[in-house]
Amino acid sequence: MSDSFDQISQQLKRRHRKSARLKWLSMGALGLAGLFLLWFFTDMLIKGLPAFQQAYVETEISYSEEAAKDARQAIDSDLIPIVSRTEIRSIPLLLRNEPDRIGSRETRWLLANSEVDQYLKGHRSKLSDKEIATVERLVASGQVEQKFNSTFFTQGDSKTAESAGILSAVVGTIMTMIVTLAIAFPIGVMTAIYLEEFAPDNRFTQLIEININNLAAIPSILFGLLGLAIFINFFGVPRSSPLVGGMTLALMTLPVIIISTRTALRSVPESIRHAAFGLGCSRWQVVKDHVLPLAMPGIMTGSIIGLAQAMGETAPLIIVGMVAFIPDVGASFTEAATVMPAQIFTWASEPEKAFVEKTAGGILVLLTILISLNASAVVLRKKFERRW
Amino acid sequence: MQTNQLLLIFCSVLLILGLIAFFVGRSKAARLRASGSSMYAQPDQYAWFAVLSTAGPAVLVGVLGAFVLLLLGAEIHPLYLLSASLVVAAAGLAVGVVQVRADFHARKAIERVIRWVLAGAALISIFTTFGILISIIFESLRFFKMHSFWEFITGTTWNPGASFLAAAGRGDGSGAEFGSVPLFAGTFMITLIAMLVAVPIGLASAIYMSEYAPTKVRTIAKPLLEVLAGIPTVVYGFFAAITVAPIIVNIAGFFGLDASYNNAVAPGIVMGIMIIPFISSLSDDVINAVPDSMRQGSLALGMTKGETIRDVVVPAALPGVISASLLGMSRALGETMIVVMAAGMRPNLTANPLEDMTTVTVRIVAALTGDQEFESAETLSAFALGLVLFAVTLTLNLVSVIMIRRFREKYRVNNL
Repeated sequence: MSDSFDQISQQLKRRHRKSARLKWLSMGALGLAGLFLLWFFTDMLIKGLPAFQQAYVETEISYSEEAAKDARQAIDSDLIPIVSRTEIRSIPLLLRNEPDRIGSRETRWLLANSEVDQYLKGHRSKLSDKEIATVERLVASGQVEQKFNSTFFTQGDSKTAESAGILSAVVGTIMTMIVTLAIAFPIGVMTAIYLEEFAPDNRFTQLIEININNLAAIPSILFGLLGLAIFINFFGVPRSSPLVGGMTLALMTLPVIIISTRTALRSVPESIRHAAFGLGCSRWQVVKDHVLPLAMPGIMTGSIIGLAQAMGETAPLIIVGMVAFIPDVGASFTEAATVMPAQIFTWASEPEKAFVEKTAGGILVLLTILISLNASAVVLRKKFERRW
Repeated sequence: MQTNQLLLIFCSVLLILGLIAFFVGRSKAARLRASGSSMYAQPDQYAWFAVLSTAGPAVLVGVLGAFVLLLLGAEIHPLYLLSASLVVAAAGLAVGVVQVRADFHARKAIERVIRWVLAGAALISIFTTFGILISIIFESLRFFKMHSFWEFITGTTWNPGASFLAAAGRGDGSGAEFGSVPLFAGTFMITLIAMLVAVPIGLASAIYMSEYAPTKVRTIAKPLLEVLAGIPTVVYGFFAAITVAPIIVNIAGFFGLDASYNNAVAPGIVMGIMIIPFISSLSDDVINAVPDSMRQGSLALGMTKGETIRDVVVPAALPGVISASLLGMSRALGETMIVVMAAGMRPNLTANPLEDMTTVTVRIVAALTGDQEFESAETLSAFALGLVLFAVTLTLNLVSVIMIRRFREKYRVNNL
């Protein structure tokens, strides 16, 4: 008899051990996902933070007659391989615009070459031994320093790594998002109002509903094909422009806005509608004056989340040509522009080592914007959350 | 004149006419009311009706006319279209103001118009789907006129190079081969790796969150997991190419294996991590929706908690879990940036995930970002690949919807 008790208690022990194992395993899986998140963010920070520091060289520039023709005459020949080429190139232009400078001398902090920058940050660089010696000497005398890289935020893209900045991409993103929101928000909210408040339950509305769910699950690159074939080839919208990019992204964001708006509308209790109807409001008046204002916080959160999604999207924009090299800040909705994710993609495919840092820096900027957008959506939801 | 100038003129004139309609309509209605007649609506509603009857038909004429212009080419001068729609606007203004009468149901009329406008907005989503379908099918057909469909589906060599020369005027492009099998093999290999990462981790986290975790952990862990889904894929692509791929190469080298820097494992793993939240969040919902009576029954029979979860809860939630996995799979198949940045460009039919291989989406991007003429076979092949991608993901999505619906019916849950 005691044998079988033993057996059962043994068995029980084993079964409980197994049960505990499942708990630890599932907890481990969650931990693994968390660890990955940690790894990802530390990796991006380690790679990206150096991009906000840049080496500068204190240089004496002599604005002589010769310098106006050959900029290399303006600075000490030792410094020529160390100072950024874009800085040297700008000297003749400066002298052409301000001829009375000729003959004067000036000491300024100039951008250093990206190789110097990489060397100072401890990465591999292509500097020769002689150049390294110069750099070391200048560092010792305080003429080469790491400073905050304002160029990164005030300049557009450049082929030289040290002067490449993210400004044109930020402006392009803002313009593209304006187009996206201007199209997707009204159409999305109107569709949701129709489906929730007006539409009878028939084949037509069911078709629309299935369609919206389906659209939400279509790979984003197919929206790019749509934009290319219909907007660019058929309607002749200018390629690479914020207009075509925004239109393409708007169609992609539409389902997100529709679905979240419907949820927001549905959470407004029926009693509010009944009361308004009871006072003699028409259906549209009920929606416009009562339901919509109450649902607005929910609609806003959904739209912010949709906007954040659109902001991080790259694939459809590549297809409609938003990977152009854009050094200048765009001025109109029909000119070629680039957006932050596309800029990141362009930088990531540059072979130069210094661009890796730029890419990661751009990623940090993008992630900061996206996380603050999502956080504001959460705050908005918390603030206006209402139990009816 | 430029199109945008025309558009500007159209909008500004319409705005002015609309303002006139509003103020004339309102003042007429106000006068009527002041004279003591009992009105069916408020003055503002009459005013809005006048605005609608001014702008509505004009915009309709403008949009339809623009469509006709685009379809027929510029056979009518755009200026005629502009004047036609503005004449319609003026006529609408007159009609709208005349309609301001005491016995006119302005509110009902507005209501009708708004209803139609809202229904029109709802149609946009249908147009989008049709737009995608038509643009893809139309261009694919042009591709299949040049290369046989059968060769596309079953061919094992993807070598569009010769068509590039043909487009440049050299050669006749006869050497170009568009066999998509290696591309699909690459796509499925990377998807498989992604699912091997995402399904176990996603499902297990869902089990932990819904069955074990205290509410506090849950409220923190769930949004944190969602962060994974919010990271832009271009960032994941950079991460896979710069950080993960070298690690894979090193690990493979440690075991004496030779891995390519564009191997399929790195994008696969990173893509899997991206998909975890899709799978965990839907599985979490489904597991939560499994009725408690089933857990109670199982525990009452002396099952341990682990056995209850493994043998009762998860099998009951299986349709939902499968549905989540299919949805994740369709994401993986259509994912572009991670593979564009971290997978290779070489169509490579191999079973070794450490070799470089390419995917459907990579080739779509490659075909459309080159400096090719749009008419070339390589450019059009992107649409043929897109068509297959559309068909496959659509099927997966539909099956997934059917599975979740079956689950919902079985357990009578409303919030799924």
